[in-house]
Amino acid sequence: MGDLVRVRRHRFAGRHDRAATTEPRWVGLLLLATTVVFLGLFLLLPLVTVFTEALRKGAGAYFASFGDPAALAAIRLTLTVAAIAVPLNLVFGVTAAWAIAKFEFRGKSFVTTLIDVPLAVSPVISGAIYVLLFGLQGLLGPWLSAHGLQVIFAVPGIVIATVFVTVPFIARELIPLMQEQGIEDEEAALTLGASGWQTFRRVTLPNVKWALLYGVILCNARAMGEFGAVSVVSGHIRGKTNTMPLQVEILYNEYNFVAAFAVASLLALLALVTLALKTLVERLSAAAVTLDSGLPAAEEI
Amino acid sequence: MGITVEHISKTYGNFTALRDVSLEIRSGQLTALLGPSGSGKTTLLRIIAGLEIPDPGSGAIRFSREDMADRRVQERRVGFVFQHYALFRHLTVFENVAFGLRVRPRADRPSRKEIAERVHTLLDLVQLDGMAERYPSQLSGGQRQRVALARALAVEPKVLLLDEPFGALDARVRKQLRAWLRHLHQEIRVTSVFVTHDQDEALEVADHVVIMNEGRIEQEGTPESVFHQPATEFVMNFLGDVNVFHARVEDGKISFASLRLDAPGHADSADAPARVFVRPHELDLAREPGPAPSLPATVLTVHAAGPTVRLQLRTPLGETLVAVITQARFRDLDVKCGDQVHVAPRDLHVFLPPPDRAM
Repeated sequence: MGDLVRVRRHRFAGRHDRAATTEPRWVGLLLLATTVVFLGLFLLLPLVTVFTEALRKGAGAYFASFGDPAALAAIRLTLTVAAIAVPLNLVFGVTAAWAIAKFEFRGKSFVTTLIDVPLAVSPVISGAIYVLLFGLQGLLGPWLSAHGLQVIFAVPGIVIATVFVTVPFIARELIPLMQEQGIEDEEAALTLGASGWQTFRRVTLPNVKWALLYGVILCNARAMGEFGAVSVVSGHIRGKTNTMPLQVEILYNEYNFVAAFAVASLLALLALVTLALKTLVERLSAAAVTLDSGLPAAEEI
Repeated sequence: MGITVEHISKTYGNFTALRDVSLEIRSGQLTALLGPSGSGKTTLLRIIAGLEIPDPGSGAIRFSREDMADRRVQERRVGFVFQHYALFRHLTVFENVAFGLRVRPRADRPSRKEIAERVHTLLDLVQLDGMAERYPSQLSGGQRQRVALARALAVEPKVLLLDEPFGALDARVRKQLRAWLRHLHQEIRVTSVFVTHDQDEALEVADHVVIMNEGRIEQEGTPESVFHQPATEFVMNFLGDVNVFHARVEDGKISFASLRLDAPGHADSADAPARVFVRPHELDLAREPGPAPSLPATVLTVHAAGPTVRLQLRTPLGETLVAVITQARFRDLDVKCGDQVHVAPRDLHVFLPPPDRAM
């Protein structure tokens, strides 16, 4: 027996000091180095630049940039737009995911594809479509102006464009998860006497809460950072229809680099906060999943 | 409370799940819907629950005479147990069981204290009282299914419906839970229907067995009656192993292989081709031909590791038979592979093919 064990061990130790499925060390190092250089060049360096440029003339100049009424208005507008667009897409995303994942209907795959349209279309084009639709020369323009409503080159247009661009984020997080979970839990709730709303609130929503939060975080980041679509419909009226990304562009074009990068640094901070939140949510939901399956079951039956 | 199923049909697109099914489920009984997958048994159970709607104009589901057509799932007061438990993963065992009570409108909702009492009584009943604060993920499959059962019973259902309740469990746990379900049903006596594809499960647990095939009911009756008097070839085949002989019914006698025997139940049948089914345990083996008509055969294989002995035999015509005999009989016979034996069928089941089906 002892001999057999020794033979086995010898064979496993083998001539090579690694398992058959592992690549040589230098391959791993090369792959890692490529990744690090790429990320450093295209992500880290720009991020550092944003902050160094913003602080080039000292903290005083940096904070003075936010005293500018136009910058403050841009920040306020961005927050307002996100505060409208995110809840709208929250409602839409949950509704669409619920319909697609839990019901059978004709044209389901068409609807699913429609939700992806904003990802496929360039944001500039979607902005342009809204100008054609709601602009003064547009389809609905005359009717709107007759009623004293202004959509294009005003806040409503910016909100609409942002909603459009961020449509897929929450729905896409929810649909695969809800499809995987099926409808048995909901059916169980119904047989126990729960109403449709009770079933949704007490069963469906808790089952998807982490994916929902994740979707909201991504949706918010995109809503605040959107440039293309908003740029087309905004009209760039300083202090009125400029969101933060647009304000950055204007300041930059005016060679006001410190102010431009100061506003940009806020957006960069938003990105960092988003990433941190995203990681946190992933950790928490992973922990919830472990609780779901990891603990050893008690004695059988 | 009894359940009446009257002429129910259900189609999904091109697929017909149920074809004009009628069934009487007696109050207080434990009824098994038994059949292969695709036989319509789960569809029927879900229609009774109100989770599926029968084809428009097809018939009615009645709970003690009362038509359930306009009653939604929530109003039918059925306890439904799903194959994969469908426990609420974010709720503790206690909250899972309490769910049906907590969602009641305020006027009907028991007090906090009453809910706690009821939940603990039920957890006691399913032998899980120590597990109240655990989450479903911390339980084994058998425990989860018992929580699901307690949850279904919490709303004091008028009927308990179980969809392949032990289907996701391993064989040993299944057997234990089967016996336990039988026992539980004797205690609570609520009208129960369970779906299964496992004939042993149905025959062991149920008071009444309904055998389904291709959306129709093939036969129903007590476990003994369906096992001993199968009405169709399908039932005969589905309820256990069989030996099949091609035969002919002539003058009230049945001829197959080299045998000519009285044909039970076919004394007056016209001459026709037929099929004879004999269960392996209904074949007697002997070294020498006895008084009963018998067939000579050669022993091909012997499988003696079990409570009974299973032998494969070959007749001179080349037909392969399976016989199951007791260990004691096997010792007396003392046969090995290659030996000659004589096989005498004790019990025959003769089926004439339906006119439209060629032999």
